[in-house]
Amino acid sequence: MRHRAIRPEPLFFELNPRRVRRQGYMLPTLDVPPVEPARVLPANLVRDPDPHFPDIGEMEVVQHFHRLSQLNYAVDEGLYPLGSCTMKYNPRINEQTARLPGFASIHPLQPVAQIQGALRLIWELEEALKTITGMPGVTLQPAAGAHGELTGILMIRKALSTRGDPREVVLVPDSAHGTNPATASFAGYRAVEIASADDGTIDLGALEKMMDDTVAAIMLTVPNTLGVFEHRIVEISKIVHDRGGFIYLDGANLNAFAGRALPGLMGADAMHINLHKTFSTPHGGGGPGAGPVTVSEALLPHLPVPRVVRTGDDYELLWEDPESIGPMRGFYGNFLILVRALTYIRSLGAEGLRTMSDVAVLYANLVRHRLSGAYHLKYDAPSMHEVVFDDSRQARHEVHNTDIAKRLLDYGFHPPTMSFPLIVHGALMIEPAESVAPEEVEAFCDAMLAIAKEAEENPELVKTAPHDTPVGRVDEVRAARDLKVRWMPEDDGA
Amino acid sequence: MHPWVGAGNDDQRHILTLLGLKTVDDLFASIPAEVCTERLDLPPAQDEDGIRKTFAAMANANAVMDSLPCFLGAGVYRHLQPAVVDAVLSRAEFFTSYTPYQPEISQGTLQVIFEFQTLIGRLTGLPVANASLYDGATALVEAVLFSHRVLRGKRNLVVVAETLHPMYRKVLDTYTTAAGIEVVVVPPTDDGRLDPEQVRAAASDRACCVVLQSPNFLGIVEDLPSLADATHEGGALAVQVVTEAVSLGLLAGGGDFEFDVVCGEAQSFGIAPGFGGPHLGFFACADRHVRQMPGRLAGETMDEEGNRAFCLTLSTREQHIRRAKATSNICTNQGLMALAATVWLEAVGGAGLRELAASCLARSEELKRRIAELDGPWRLAYPSSPTFNEFLLLGPGTGPELVDRLAGEKVLAGVPTATWGGSWPDGILVAVTERNSASDIGAFVAALEKLS
Repeated sequence: MRHRAIRPEPLFFELNPRRVRRQGYMLPTLDVPPVEPARVLPANLVRDPDPHFPDIGEMEVVQHFHRLSQLNYAVDEGLYPLGSCTMKYNPRINEQTARLPGFASIHPLQPVAQIQGALRLIWELEEALKTITGMPGVTLQPAAGAHGELTGILMIRKALSTRGDPREVVLVPDSAHGTNPATASFAGYRAVEIASADDGTIDLGALEKMMDDTVAAIMLTVPNTLGVFEHRIVEISKIVHDRGGFIYLDGANLNAFAGRALPGLMGADAMHINLHKTFSTPHGGGGPGAGPVTVSEALLPHLPVPRVVRTGDDYELLWEDPESIGPMRGFYGNFLILVRALTYIRSLGAEGLRTMSDVAVLYANLVRHRLSGAYHLKYDAPSMHEVVFDDSRQARHEVHNTDIAKRLLDYGFHPPTMSFPLIVHGALMIEPAESVAPEEVEAFCDAMLAIAKEAEENPELVKTAPHDTPVGRVDEVRAARDLKVRWMPEDDGA
Repeated sequence: MHPWVGAGNDDQRHILTLLGLKTVDDLFASIPAEVCTERLDLPPAQDEDGIRKTFAAMANANAVMDSLPCFLGAGVYRHLQPAVVDAVLSRAEFFTSYTPYQPEISQGTLQVIFEFQTLIGRLTGLPVANASLYDGATALVEAVLFSHRVLRGKRNLVVVAETLHPMYRKVLDTYTTAAGIEVVVVPPTDDGRLDPEQVRAAASDRACCVVLQSPNFLGIVEDLPSLADATHEGGALAVQVVTEAVSLGLLAGGGDFEFDVVCGEAQSFGIAPGFGGPHLGFFACADRHVRQMPGRLAGETMDEEGNRAFCLTLSTREQHIRRAKATSNICTNQGLMALAATVWLEAVGGAGLRELAASCLARSEELKRRIAELDGPWRLAYPSSPTFNEFLLLGPGTGPELVDRLAGEKVLAGVPTATWGGSWPDGILVAVTERNSASDIGAFVAALEKLS
């Protein structure tokens, strides 16, 4: 990433201001007779040329995006300790397998005889995820974690309506990801918050009171968003199951225990797995991800279609099943993301996956050990893969978590997740992930300690950060107040 | 040890000592023993060479689209892939970064999203486009739920053209069932197009929106102005779905004809077919509805020194702020695919896109012309209806049979329509793009002649 004092990169629409015709890509020679569009298409529907959609040369295109890329921080640049997001290394071999023409250049509606390899890959990843979770069924369709949540909750809904027992409520802990209550209401349920106990885990007493025959499911994150393992998970499952409810696990934090514990044994009925977290597929600046959902026996009949079915050595697609909730999206999932995830699993194997979780937890505890003297830890239960501090000590000097985050940018690190979970005021949620060297984790801790010291000795320095990024602190309030979400010709006086 | 785990065994011991622990197991003491496992039964770890062989074996068991003259479409198209697209996508600054919540170190991603939003806006004829949705089918679902919200949940009916991609319909059914929204289907007339009068009657004053695809599933271009009028008469929103985004190079988007939402699939803009994903859902609407829009949105603002800067905005619509009251539960979207589309569109250029779309049209018209000239059992299902680059071909047998027989003649002829049900005849949906040369077209026609 570059730092200050570079020339700003124009918007694409500001390039080639004289709007002369340049060529960014050579089209194949037209070797059939040309057709006048308005002769074969309804003339009133044919568009006029757009004078504000320029044509630029290939090198201009490359320079434009190269320069823009240099305004981004990236996993390859340094620690990216976003809690809950699991910003681990994206192995380069994954990028190569996903680009094999036999995967990238096949059509989802080719006859099944022509796509046996692709169906086999789906089947193998399904088997691997079933093994890793200890659950009997899975769908790879969901495009992201939140999409997986919705898939799981819709399966629960279908199971309840099949049983003639429709329910109204989904319980969501106050520490949950925002997607959990959003999913519950999107699926037609009322999301009811359940308070955390003093150690940040579910309050069993509160659950006993709230769990009645109106409750369809509880959505739990394990370990929870404080990085604390829900150690009474088996008791929780029993209470919920005994009263006819389902257990939905948010698997965003599977990387804390993969290879050590099985959600199937915890009593999970559905759990989404963010392949872009635990299984290293790239975050891509905001997707594409993949959010497969593993399910218990009770939900097996309701898995989305189409499904891959194996008979002997042949694979088929099952498109119809009246018990299914139906398809959640087009085709079979973000297939090329699935290729990357299976590559990761095959490279690590069982032992590697366990080491991955071990080191993820070890690093989070190293951070906790190093920073506990300088930052306040509201919940001191044992940390798994992430640790949540808050800014209460720094707030005495009017330095808040966002200031600490912006100052970290000057030190060359991406900040932790801020202000989440909501039960920790001024939260700094740190997840180092296992792939960096220990020295990188130590260097991050050194920066955090230096900032804590600055907060005491020179708070202005922290409050006015960042000082060394491509742009200064961005006015986000103005963006929402004077909404401008597109370039307009009048911006250029055109 | 493993190359992707940063700490070696000695490092781990060193950290454990620092933490005052004996073994790494001590860190997992809070997990109850009854949910633990000793070892997962997975295939053994493979080195990079082994991985290459394993995955090449699976990839090689598939028939690659480029290996034969290929006319597969039906929502997934084989367009040109400029080398610059993958080169940009392979930059770690783009593909290994997170959602740009920290704008000071994410201006690259944010400006790309802003450019993407502007490009989609210009192509659809609507001013506000979001940063992407999962795919065309889920973009359509979001459009229906959006219409429901805009009309304050008082209209529980959605009118859907039967000529919407049948897979999109199935996906929509999954969500409308859960949301308690009723779906009414309007079939096409004998020429494969919608009749505005039927749309008007179906929408009446009960529908929250009318959804139609143009070019439709049969490849036929709908008369958008009359359909928008028919929809608006009873107060419903008009939603256009586009599954072949390259058509927007020649055909004006629905926004130019008063459509309220234009959404769909932008895989055609530089994204590999990839067995169905990841692709790129897009969504555009009017300014007045921006606060009901699902998904992320980048906006222009300034930094503290007054420099132009971008950030994500209107996040008060989104789940991480509004939780149960969010406009959608979407969080991760298809960011890198939006980058691919942006690079592709900027490399191809405005005049280039028009020329590329005209090339698809000319090639498709050439194939249609030559099929119409054949004596024998092959014919166009809707010979007099206007199409962009896709059409329904009928022949001596069922669609799946015909596809198999043409595959025997070394032509990937298209997608059989019978699989999907529908009131149209059983045949093959044939898509033609700028990548189908005159010799591909000749090979297709020769195969048809042989099978006459």
